[in-house]
Amino acid sequence: MCGRAARCIVAAVIEVRQLTKRYRHTVAVDQLTFTVNPGLVTGFLGPNGAGKTTTLRVLLGLTTASAGQALVGGRAYASIRAPLREVGAALDANAAHPGRSAANHLRWLARTNGIGADRVVSTLELVGLAAVAHRRVGGFSLGMRQRLAIAAALLGDPGVLLFDEPVNGLDAQGVRWIRQLMRSLAAEGRTVLVSSHLMSEMELTADRLVVIGRGRLVADTTVGELIARAGTNSLEEAYLRLTEDATAHRAGGAW
Amino acid sequence: MTRLVAAEWIKIRSVRSTGWALALTLALSAGLGYLIGRSFRATFATISADPRQHFDPLFATFYSLTIGQLALVALAVLLVTGEYTTGTVGASLAAVPKRGLFYASKVLTGALLAGSVAVVTVLATFATAQAGLGPHGTSLRGAGVPAAVAGACLYLTLIFLFATGLAGLLRGPVPALGILIPLLFLGSQGLGNVPKLKAIAQYLPDQAGMVVMHIAGQGPDPRFSRPYGPWTGLAIMALWTVAALVAGYLRMRRDP
Repeated sequence: MCGRAARCIVAAVIEVRQLTKRYRHTVAVDQLTFTVNPGLVTGFLGPNGAGKTTTLRVLLGLTTASAGQALVGGRAYASIRAPLREVGAALDANAAHPGRSAANHLRWLARTNGIGADRVVSTLELVGLAAVAHRRVGGFSLGMRQRLAIAAALLGDPGVLLFDEPVNGLDAQGVRWIRQLMRSLAAEGRTVLVSSHLMSEMELTADRLVVIGRGRLVADTTVGELIARAGTNSLEEAYLRLTEDATAHRAGGAW
Repeated sequence: MTRLVAAEWIKIRSVRSTGWALALTLALSAGLGYLIGRSFRATFATISADPRQHFDPLFATFYSLTIGQLALVALAVLLVTGEYTTGTVGASLAAVPKRGLFYASKVLTGALLAGSVAVVTVLATFATAQAGLGPHGTSLRGAGVPAAVAGACLYLTLIFLFATGLAGLLRGPVPALGILIPLLFLGSQGLGNVPKLKAIAQYLPDQAGMVVMHIAGQGPDPRFSRPYGPWTGLAIMALWTVAALVAGYLRMRRDP
């Protein structure tokens, strides 16, 4: 399978099993079960507050689950020795110290996981930040910070990639760049999970869709199946119908 | 662990506040050390015979460290709380998911930095203070001087680590500095000698650690004496530091 030209990627499966995360008064994720396979872009969809970010944070060990499991390649994230080499995540565009340069942000990250300094340079080139590598992050636009977060995710050349709302705040060019990047990462055989609340974006990017509402699984399907099942011809329409129940509590409420 | 310390070191030196805080620590300690020495020298003749007889050049030498430490403590607080205020902690824990390991590398790197800065600051302050004191000064080979110099280096390292633990517990620069700056500033003004407060205040971390530097608990006056010696005082301070670091660790195990 692994030809000379193609790079050989050993991508792991993401398994979320009966995952529940309760906070004091709310249940953010409720017995959620789904699987994400390599070689595809999987869209993780749901209205704001559906539990997408919480699920991703549990996957990365940043938040502890109340019950159930979230595994990468059959293991808990925290048990992976050099996790950045296996799983890359862009969760928050504002996760870099504003006083630090883009290059230094990637340098310390690379160092923690024994990743060579040459990767810092090549990753900055890949995301188009090479020219501003030594500028402080505080002066970056939101789009540049998104690119830096994506660079951090790609740093260890991992087989599994998680992106949380990566197109937020990007211009049309940036949106297209991310779309093409995710498609090419999946084409290389990587496991790509992208969260979004925008069905229109996922329609163009994702192969599979995991739709959640109020922390529960609403659909785990392909784009085509979802349209067929909902009986409409627009995915947007199908999505809104699916998550109607999950957003019903907002109806009638003032802004 | 080596690569984690190297990573933390990149974090420390890649923000501007580090340079400012260290420059301020050195400038305040050595600069004020010189000025305090000069002022003792200028007024020495006017001091009455009894206190003059008990004049301790080491008090005049290291007193400025009680002000210089404020910048060092601010740096310790910024290095820890910066993780939370900027959201970097998410990236840190994704890179190093074992929280105890992440915390240990942060504390160890801080200790190495603080230890080195302490040696430079203490020696520079000693030199400038002797220049200021002139004939009333002492030398590095003077009676009790090596112990006081070593104690001062340990004091600065411990106060940095105490601030690191407290900042880890509180996670915000405002609450952490809101406790540390008044505590240490009042400490420098003799909080541990205030009659009614003394019974408790003399056991505060900075008060206990000052004895080894000859800033507190010296001389024959019972009002300023302490029920513990210099090394016991430093041990009390070390206990506070360990307690703060453990508290910071327990908080670190909770989700960011």
